[in-house]
Order: sequence, then structure tokens, then C-alpha cells
Amino acid sequence: MSEKRRALIAMSGGVDSSVAAYLMREAGYECEGVTLRLTRTETAGTHGRTCCSEEDIDAAAEVAFELDMPYRVLDCEAEFRREIIEKFVRVYEAGETPNPCIDCNRYMKFGRLVRYAAENGFDCVASGHYARIERDEESGRYLLRKGLDPAKDQSYFLYSLTQEQLSRICFPLGGMIKSEVREIAAKCGFSSARKRDSQDICFVPDGDYGAFLERFTGKRYPEGDFVAPDGRVLGRHRGAVRYTLGQRRGLGVAAGERIYVYDKDMENNIVRVGPEELLFRRTVYARDMNWVSIAGLDAPTRVRAKTRYSQREQAATAYPTPRGVRLEFDEPQRAVTPGQALVLYDGDAVLGGGTICGEEKA
Amino acid sequence: MIYLDYCADTPVSREAFERFCEAAGTLGSANARHAAGYAARAVVDAAASDIAALLGADPTEIIFTSGATESNNLAVKGLALANLRTGRHIVSTPMEHSSVSASLAVLERNGWEVELADVGRDGKVDLDALERIIRPDTALVTVSTVSSELGAVQPIAEISEIVRRRPGCRLHVDAAQAVGKTELDVRLADTVSFSPHKFYGLTGVGVLYKRYGAELEPQMDGGASTTAYRSGTPAAALAASIVPALRSAIGELPARRERVAALNARLRSELTRYPLLRVNSPEDAVPHILNVSVEGVKGTRMQRALDERGVCVSVRSACASDGLPSREVLAVTGDSRRALSSFRISLSHLTTDAEIDGFLAAFDECYEMLTKKPRL
Repeated sequence: MSEKRRALIAMSGGVDSSVAAYLMREAGYECEGVTLRLTRTETAGTHGRTCCSEEDIDAAAEVAFELDMPYRVLDCEAEFRREIIEKFVRVYEAGETPNPCIDCNRYMKFGRLVRYAAENGFDCVASGHYARIERDEESGRYLLRKGLDPAKDQSYFLYSLTQEQLSRICFPLGGMIKSEVREIAAKCGFSSARKRDSQDICFVPDGDYGAFLERFTGKRYPEGDFVAPDGRVLGRHRGAVRYTLGQRRGLGVAAGERIYVYDKDMENNIVRVGPEELLFRRTVYARDMNWVSIAGLDAPTRVRAKTRYSQREQAATAYPTPRGVRLEFDEPQRAVTPGQALVLYDGDAVLGGGTICGEEKA
Repeated sequence: MIYLDYCADTPVSREAFERFCEAAGTLGSANARHAAGYAARAVVDAAASDIAALLGADPTEIIFTSGATESNNLAVKGLALANLRTGRHIVSTPMEHSSVSASLAVLERNGWEVELADVGRDGKVDLDALERIIRPDTALVTVSTVSSELGAVQPIAEISEIVRRRPGCRLHVDAAQAVGKTELDVRLADTVSFSPHKFYGLTGVGVLYKRYGAELEPQMDGGASTTAYRSGTPAAALAASIVPALRSAIGELPARRERVAALNARLRSELTRYPLLRVNSPEDAVPHILNVSVEGVKGTRMQRALDERGVCVSVRSACASDGLPSREVLAVTGDSRRALSSFRISLSHLTTDAEIDGFLAAFDECYEMLTKKPRL
């Protein structure tokens, strides 16, 4: 038996995970590369490129070959469809705006890989995410800290990792900035690998969620009314699932002033539109919390919080509720969207996070 | 473009295409009981008779399918299901096409036990090993005459003799890469599959020879057609187009093969000058296939570099195989990096010397470029 520590590397064919594989090998690990096949083009229902296309798998396999590490593809299409895509559809149909990447990190990327690693004698799972994991000696808990490169930090998408998962994960790029990673990639000749960073949801590469939902479910989402705050009908919408809070473009309603989607009534198939000030809320609720640096919230706590990835953190106070948290922001927040993730920070460490919801569910 | 992927697909011969066009004017389903139906039926029956005559078989033994993949699926699953009274043990080899190995995987998930016979460095099944692993409950032995990646030729006559000593055991032979490349005696097997697009016929049609007395469970439901084993309206024109392709493949085999052997010999002698190149195809492989590896260069990388220079070769893709190295090359060489570096050049009697020159020039550039990269 080898005495080297063994690492399973999650490889996408992209530069980041390729560099992560290289760094793990340089750090003395005995490495094996793996790619999860989550979707195929026909599942995505488009002819665009998806995150685990044949080209990406070839690219990942070539990097693994260059690094002389064994490599394999794990076929997770059925699981991905069940756990991620079907939930995505359910949440949309319930009127919320899901964030499947977070579920994917939790159940697929890390859930599946951490299990696979444990079953196959690996000491850890490594990936090219920009975040840092540290063990807090005092509390004994694993901390999830932001990646050092503020432009690349991905801790928001990783809040749902459990302590068990965090104890077995390694993010070799967490302490690096993108330009350093690019330099290593160029030195290794990985630059020919996929250049584009993943952005859209992988199974909806064209970003048209409404069309995807109809293709996937075979349903036609019925038209309905755009209704103003005073109850006036301003026009017809093309199916309530197609609209998201804060949306202004593509409504096809002429109202004299700028109007925005500020609420959806799925039961009555009504999309409520109105002036921008209706989008602002100071109070936000979240459920299904996963706590990272603390075991749970038992008293009101000052935090910094994000309700979407691209947002800068905002100061707020978190209050425990029966099934989650209530957050009182210092400043009102625009278009906080049910279904999206609320992530709470203490400095650069993730305190915890959950799914934004209405008051009754928190 | 220099096309060196003739084992994947061949250009359609004029004769096959013309026969197809002629027969495509026939109206009617061959399953219908009226004048138009009888006319279509006559086209299908004539094709079956001609094919049977060329193969030394009986017309009732010819089943038309959509291709060799369907033929392999039908044979492997159909023989296994029809032969439960013998048992659920199946013997195969690591040299099979994925339409056979994937069908076996489905059977394995449904309670069959699949065992692979060892092969030697020459890719041939070890006959003693085969003899040892066949059991009283072995219901099926399935082997390819010519393996698709390496071109290794199996001793079908000897294998047939071993199987025939067990009256309960069936033999399926995948001859997709054999027709037009080597002699074939369908009488040695219970079922034999092939498709004319591998020998200058059209895609979209295949044949399964099924020995009259062999029981086979249909894999497509929908009632009796011209045969009970494959439902659906027979593709009369496609069936007719097989005949001229098969006739040439058999009749011109010696001359075509001699031409290809000369091309292969030239390639082998030129390529073995490259110190990092290893030939994976056995010495006695069919000359149409030359599988090689360049040490330290992944096959897909080489394929892309050659493709950028207008040369088409084939690699077993990581995606299709879930990242695992080529099972054939691994079985023969026992070296997984070598298997990952492998790629297949496949030749035709239509390949010109100028094309070989062009390939060699492109390969030389790719070799220089890809092997001088420092090891990480």
C-alpha cells in the first residue's frame, strides 16, 4: 500500500480544475481525476455547449493524462435529473427562482464525490473552487472562508456544504488570485483547455428558462394578466414562470412609467407589476439553513449578508425563527427573490445560509 | 481531406447507390397482401436470396435490421433470452464492439453472468482458456471476427468447434469489420451480424444471419414482418442495395486486400522509425487497420492535431468509454497509458499513395509538436 495521501480531483476540463489537479499532485498527493457527467445535450434540449460536453470530458481526460493520473467519468445523469433539474422545475412552478448550482454543489459535486472518495479510499476531494476551508481549533468546526481573489470568490455557492463534507474537501486555489492561476495554467500548457468560465445554468445554456421549462415538462404555461398595485390589468403575460422579481425588460407593457415585476401569484396566474420602490424590503426570511462556522443561531446576531452572488454584502441582524432566520437589513434591499440563497458572513467566513422564502415558511 | 477512417464508414459505391435508387421507386409495404405489397416483397426476397447465396446460407436465414449495432443487440439479447434452458452464463472477449459489450452489460444487470476469455498479445482468444471457462450453463459465446480497434482476427473455426461440442450453447459472431476484409463462413455460427456501410454500401441497414434452427427472441415488438424476428416495414431499397456491395466485397476481396496490405506495409515501415511510436495492432491483423500509440501523447490530442491538418483518424473517445482506456489495446498490451495514447488508422483499397504521403507529412509535424512538450 502506498503511504501517500490520496486525492480525488473534480475535473471539468477548465483551467481552474486543471491547475487544482496540478497543485495537488505537486503537494505530494496521489491523485485521480474524475468528471461527473450530469447532462447531455439532449437533456439540456439545446444544441449549445453544456458544462459536461464531450469536448470538456476530452479536455479533462487530456489534462489527467498529462499529469499521469488515472481518470474516469462518473455517469450521474439520472441522479442529476432527479435531484437538480426536477427540483428546479418544481421551484419555478411554485413561483420561486431556484439556484440549482448550490444544490448541485451540495448533492452532486461534493455529495456524490465525497461519498465516492470515502468508498474508494481517498483522503480528500479537491476542486478548483475559489474558497478556503480551515479548521477552527477553538470550536472544532470547519470554517468556509472567502477565496482570496475577491473577483472570483465562490463561497456563496458553497454555503450548503456540511461539516462532514468540509472536513474532506480541499480547495487549492482558495488562497490564489486568478492571474496566478492563469500563469500556472500557461506554464503547464493547460491554456488550450476551455477558456470560458462557466456562467449560465449548465442545462439551460441559452438562458431561456421559460422555453426550457416547457420543453422539459411538455406543458404550456398559460397566459395571464399583469396587474398593477391598484388592481388594474396592464396587459397579458406569457406564463408566470417566465418572470422573475425585479424584471423590467421583456414585459411588453406600456405603462407610462418604468414598471417592474414585484410579486407573482401562481395560484391565480397573476404577475404583479409596479414602480421600483415596491421591490425594496428590509426584512427577509430564509429556511433550510445550513450553519457552517456556528452550530446554530440562538440569539440575534450582527452579520453581513448576500441575497445574490453578484451582490456586495450588506449589514443586517439575523434573528432565529422556528424553521430558519429572519434578517433585518440596515438598508432596504432590492428584489430579494424567494428560492435564491441567503448567505450570512462573519468577516470573510461563511456563518451559514439558507433559501429565501416567505414569512410563513421560515 | 485525407480520410483514414474507413472502418467507421466507407464511401458508397456507384453500384450500391444505383441499385438503391432503382429499388426506391417500389411502392408498397412488403408486409401487405396486395399487388404493391407483393412487388415490394419481391424486392426484399430477391435481396435476401442474393445475400444468402453470396454467404452460402438459406434466404430464410437473412434478417434485415437498421445496422450492425441493431444486429448485435438482437443477437446477443435475443439468443440469451431464447436460451434460458441452458442457463445464464455468457462468454465473450475484451475485443468486442460496444454494441456487444453494452448489450452484455444490460444482460448482466438482469441476472446473467458474463465472463471474458483472456486474449494473447496477438489479440486472439486463448482457446484453452475458452475451453476452461465454458460451463454446462453457458448459453452463449459471442466474439468478433475482426476487432474494430486493432483489427485482430479471431480463430472462428476453432472457437466454433469448441462451442459446437456443447449442443446447448450458441455462438454469435460480430462480423461488422470482417466483411470485405477477411473470409467469412457464416455456417460456423448461429448468428452473424454486419452492415454494408463498412463495405461501400449504405448506412441505415444491416443484416443478421440466423441459422435456421437457432432460437431467437425478437427485440422489437410489432407483429410479424417478412421475418418473425424483426418487426417493422422492411426497407426494401436499402436491402436491395446490400447485394452489389456484398458481391464486390466478397468477389474483389483478394485484390483489394493485396492493395491494402501494401499500403499497410509501407505505413508500418515508415512509422516504426519514430522512436516513441508503438504499433498496437498484431502482426497478423487485417491490413485495413493499423492501431498505434505515441508515448506521452493522448490519442484524442493526436487526433485533433491530425484533424487540424486535414487528416481523419479515429480514437475511442473518453466520453463514450467513461474515461477508461481502450479495452482492446489494454487487453493486448496491458499498459493503460499506451491504451490512452492509441489511435486507429484505417485503410481502403481506394487509399492512394499520395494520401499516405500526406498522412505521413502531417503525422511528422504532429509528432514533433506533441512529443517535444516537456513532461509535467
